[in-house]
Amino acid sequence: MSDSEKKKPNRRDFIVTATTAAGAVGVGAVVWPLVDQMNPDASVKALASTEVDISAVEPGQSITVLWRGKPVFIKRRTKEEIDSARAVDLSELKHPEKDEDRAKNPEWLVMLGVCTHLGCVPLNDKGDYGAWFCPCHGSHYDTSGRIRKGPAPTNMEVPKYEFVNSNTIKIG
Amino acid sequence: MSDHEYTPKSKVGKWFNDRLPLLTLANHLTDYPTPKNLNYWWTFGGILTFCLITQIITGIVLGMHYVAHADLAFQSVEHIMRDVNYGWLIRYVHANGASMFFLAVYIHIFRSLYYGSYKSPREVIWIIGMLIYFLMMATAFMGYVLPWGQMSFWGATVITNLFSAIPLVGESITNWLWGGYSVDNPTLTRFFSLHYLFPFLILGLVVLHIWALHVPGNNNPIGIDIKKPSKDTVPFHPYIVIKDAFALLIFLLIFAFFVFFSPNILGHADNYIEANPLVTPAHIVPEWYLLPFYAILRSVPDKLLGVIAMFAAIFVLVILPWLDTSKVRSTVFRPIYKQFYWFLVADVLILGYVGAMPAEGLYLLIARVATAYYFAHFLIILPFLGMKEKTTPLPLSITEPILGGSPDMAMAKNNSDFKEKL
Repeated sequence: MSDSEKKKPNRRDFIVTATTAAGAVGVGAVVWPLVDQMNPDASVKALASTEVDISAVEPGQSITVLWRGKPVFIKRRTKEEIDSARAVDLSELKHPEKDEDRAKNPEWLVMLGVCTHLGCVPLNDKGDYGAWFCPCHGSHYDTSGRIRKGPAPTNMEVPKYEFVNSNTIKIG
Repeated sequence: MSDHEYTPKSKVGKWFNDRLPLLTLANHLTDYPTPKNLNYWWTFGGILTFCLITQIITGIVLGMHYVAHADLAFQSVEHIMRDVNYGWLIRYVHANGASMFFLAVYIHIFRSLYYGSYKSPREVIWIIGMLIYFLMMATAFMGYVLPWGQMSFWGATVITNLFSAIPLVGESITNWLWGGYSVDNPTLTRFFSLHYLFPFLILGLVVLHIWALHVPGNNNPIGIDIKKPSKDTVPFHPYIVIKDAFALLIFLLIFAFFVFFSPNILGHADNYIEANPLVTPAHIVPEWYLLPFYAILRSVPDKLLGVIAMFAAIFVLVILPWLDTSKVRSTVFRPIYKQFYWFLVADVLILGYVGAMPAEGLYLLIARVATAYYFAHFLIILPFLGMKEKTTPLPLSITEPILGGSPDMAMAKNNSDFKEKL
């Protein structure tokens, strides 16, 4: 529209714009509760942390516990496994992370047992790196749970956790 | 639908029809002029309508006995199988009905691909059809989750995790879909709700699909425009109705074979193990009808690109009417496209096969080649072939080659006027 054809906004234009804007806010206010009801609810969020007794885990053994509906691997690593994880050159990694940062206490590796590709549970003591292998789409993880080969984009996630005492880990 | 005036004979009929013209609609559907050369590949529309209605009826009945709860779902399915009167039959019809539905829809889609039914002026019919197909896949996927077996649970986990590939908001979206931090009870209950809803959305789209079809009328095996009504057409009733009914009976024989003699052959034994979030089955595969897309997903080594490739594989079908530049509809007159058509059929079957195999070694290589060819077919071969290919002459009408005395289509008159009209 050229400038000469441009009409000065009149009162009706103002009413149309104001009504449309108020209507959009109203629709948004109605739609949001309908969308948000699908998000994790209060009872799901309440299950935020879990305590695990690790006194019976021997070196080389791994236990799996359920936290927020997801498996968590708690692995007591052997000396060789720690050494092999720490000897890796970071430039070889798809998602570079130091083993020191992933396992504060080198003997204990705590991470979500969820493949970062499409969420399957990797198998222990399998794969090219003698650690974890995801059977779904063939991702190989090393003894630090880092992705080494396959379609997964990142290392297995380390959740927030702390040692309550030497025998108990609190996840979450 | 105002192709003819219609006045009901009875007084009551006329009174009613003046107020709601349902009888005009019924008359339109009865007299609807249909090309007289439609072959059996055209009977799948009716078969698909039957499949949808069967799924809705058996589904409503199953919903009366099923319990949508993570602790009870698996037991309630066993309860249906063992305790509910004829529960085994209804569930097997519903479960195998899904496979039969997809078998019919794939034949229906490949029929359209062969005879160019997606081309102008039928693009909107095709796009609605693709929407139906997409909703069918979503519905079938959610339905497969409901028995809460191992395949249910891990299939749901893998498919919902596809959305985690979206940059930045991926995790929020998956948590929103799950209603938690993993597939769990909130996921199951919403899947049940949506699994109940979607078939009715499909039903609405089917009405639009048929409405859009009745505007230009049916395509036909030689793909030419025909005059309606004329010597080239027959009324829908009784000619097409009886042909569709016969084809449906044959289809039901196959359906019944699966239901009564091998009801579990298309499923996975793992789904008779209750869902366990701590153990993934050694080999998870989706149902057979999703395998080609699954193969495409796995053939790409990058997570996000794999997901994009999978959705793109469906999207290229949606825009197909504009990718195929050839004005000639039927493959009968396209000697080169005919070969590529069969290559595509083989390619999709190969993708389906490797989708069921582990993603490693030779299988992975084959999946990659087949994925590349799939996209090449739609994005490279179709646009260029349409411009270059020399098609054989089209007959003027359906009856012309016959009345002209020769059974050979190539003997039909090469009429330049007609070509211009195309």
